[in-house]
Amino acid sequence: MTTNEEFRVLSPTAILGYGFPESSFKRGIERKPHLIAVDAGSTDPGPYYLGAGKAFTDRAFVKRDLRYMLKAGVANNIPVVVGTAGGSGASVHLEWCRQIIHEIAKEENLSFKMGVIPSDISKDSVKKALREGRISPLACVHELTEGLIDDTTYLVAQIGIEPIIEALQLGCNVVLTGRCYDPAVFAALPVMQGYDEGLALHLGKILECAAIASTPGSGADCALGILKKDSFILETLNPKRKFTCESAAAHTLYEKSDPYHLPGPGGSINLEDCSFTDIGDGRVEVKGSRFEKSPAYCIKLEGARPIGYRSISIAGTRDPIMIAGIEKILSEVKHQVAEMSSDSDRSQQLFFHVYGKNGVMGAMEPLTDVSSHELCIVIEALCPTQEQADTLCSVARSTLLHYGYEGRISTAGNLAFPFSPSDIKMGQVYEFSIYHLMEPAGEKLFSTTVETFKDGKQV
Amino acid sequence: MKRNILEAAKVIRSKNAGPFELTYDIMFKNREFFEQFKNQQIINHKMIAGVLKISESDILSLIWFAPANAVKITIKRLMPSGAPGETDIYGAQQHAPLLAIEF
Repeated sequence: MTTNEEFRVLSPTAILGYGFPESSFKRGIERKPHLIAVDAGSTDPGPYYLGAGKAFTDRAFVKRDLRYMLKAGVANNIPVVVGTAGGSGASVHLEWCRQIIHEIAKEENLSFKMGVIPSDISKDSVKKALREGRISPLACVHELTEGLIDDTTYLVAQIGIEPIIEALQLGCNVVLTGRCYDPAVFAALPVMQGYDEGLALHLGKILECAAIASTPGSGADCALGILKKDSFILETLNPKRKFTCESAAAHTLYEKSDPYHLPGPGGSINLEDCSFTDIGDGRVEVKGSRFEKSPAYCIKLEGARPIGYRSISIAGTRDPIMIAGIEKILSEVKHQVAEMSSDSDRSQQLFFHVYGKNGVMGAMEPLTDVSSHELCIVIEALCPTQEQADTLCSVARSTLLHYGYEGRISTAGNLAFPFSPSDIKMGQVYEFSIYHLMEPAGEKLFSTTVETFKDGKQV
Repeated sequence: MKRNILEAAKVIRSKNAGPFELTYDIMFKNREFFEQFKNQQIINHKMIAGVLKISESDILSLIWFAPANAVKITIKRLMPSGAPGETDIYGAQQHAPLLAIEF
C-alpha cells in the first residue's frame, strides 16, 4: 500500500430496511466505492426479536434497500457485506434475509457468489465453556447458569472481521452474516488489504449508523468513508448534510459506555490519541485511532428466553378526584385483584403504566405531583400462559373500571376506553438471558457456506 | 445567580449502552463551558446520583470527552431492557432530570 492509496466505503443506511434516498446512493456509487456495507441489527429493540426469531425491520423495505445494493454491487463489481441479518442475526433471521436475496437475484437475473456465515453457538459449547470457566458476564449482567442456557431460544455470538475476511478470500462478492460486531462489516475488506485495523474499525463504528453521525443527522441516508494509510475521511452524500468535528466526535459517544475505549471481538479501539479535523466541504478527517488486541480473543454471546405471556388494556381517566388519588387507587385495585386470584400464583405479575404521572420513567421519575388533567393507564398482565394473562388483564380492567375509590362522585365508570375490544393479547414475552463474554477453546466456531448464482439461478 | 444547564449545553440525551446499561451524554455549546464544568467539577458522581435518585455505586463511569465537548455518565439500568416492569426499552427518554441541573 502506498500513502496515496485509499479505500472508499459506502454505507447506505443505519440499519438495513431503514431506507435511503436514491439520489444519495447514486452519488455514492459515482464515487466508485471499493465496498458497500451495512449493519442490519441491534439489541436496542429489546429481547423479543432475538428470542422469538423475528425481524424488527419491514421485509418490503429490507428488500428495497438490498435491491439497490446488490444491483449496484454486481454491476460495478463492488463487494457487498451485510451484517446481523434480520436484526438479531440468529439462524432464523439469517434465513429470512437469505430468502430475500434469493428473490432479488432471481428478479434481477444477477450473477454473483454469496458467502453465508451463521453465528449461532451451540448450547453444548456454551455449557462446556461455562463449566471450564471461560464465560464471564458483561457489566451489570447476571451470572450465567446451565438452566438459563437451556431456556434460551436463540443463542448467537458477535463475529469479528476474521470470518468475513475468510468469505471474501473465498471470492464471495456478497457476504451475509449472522450476528456481527457492527464495525466489522466495514473493516473486514480494508484490513484484509492491509489497512490499519484501528482506523478501519473506528471508521466502521461511525459508518454503521450511516448519516446519523453527520449534521443534520439521519438514519435513513448514505455516508461515505475514505480510509487512507494514516487516517480516514468522512463525507456525506447529500448536500443537505455535512460532517463536522463535533458531529463525528459526538457520534463516538453514542450508545457506548466509555468513548475512549470501544471493546469488540479480540480487542478494543483506543481513541485516547484520536483527533478530528475539519477539512472543508462538510468533510472530517480522523487520525490516531488504534486497535489494541486483548490478551485473549473473547466473543460476545447474546441470547433471550421466554418468560411468559402478556395482555394489555389501554384506558384513560379525566376525573380530577381519581387523578388526585391515582396512586392509592391503583394499589388498592392491585390488592383486590390479588385477593380474587384463587391459585395464589406468584408468577402472575400486574403492572399499571400511568402516562401523565410516571409512565416513562417509572421509579426513576423525580416529579411526584401529578399535574395532568388526564391520565393514560396501560394495564399490563404478565403470566405463565396467554390464558392466565388474558384473565388477569380482564379482571384488573373490570375491577379498576368499577372500583369505588374514596371520594368518588362519578359512579358510572372510572375509565375511558378508546377501543373495543379493550384488551390486547401481546403474545410471548422474552428477556435477555445471555449477554456474556466467551473465550473459545481454539475450536473453529464460524464458517462460510458459498452459494453461486448465474443469471438469477442458484448453480 | 444560578443558571440552568441549557445555557451551557446543546445536547442532553440518554440511551441504552447495551441492554444492561444506560448512558447519558451532555454536550456543551463550546470548549469554554466544557472546561468550566470539567474544571469546577460541576458535574460529579454525588450530584448525578442526587439528580437521578440513584446510589453513587450505580454510576459505572463519568468521563469527560474533549473531542465532543461532552461528559458521559453511564449507570446500571434499573432493570435489563425489556424485563418485567420496563418503561423505556431504548432508554431514550430518561434524560429529563438532567435538564434541571444548575451551575
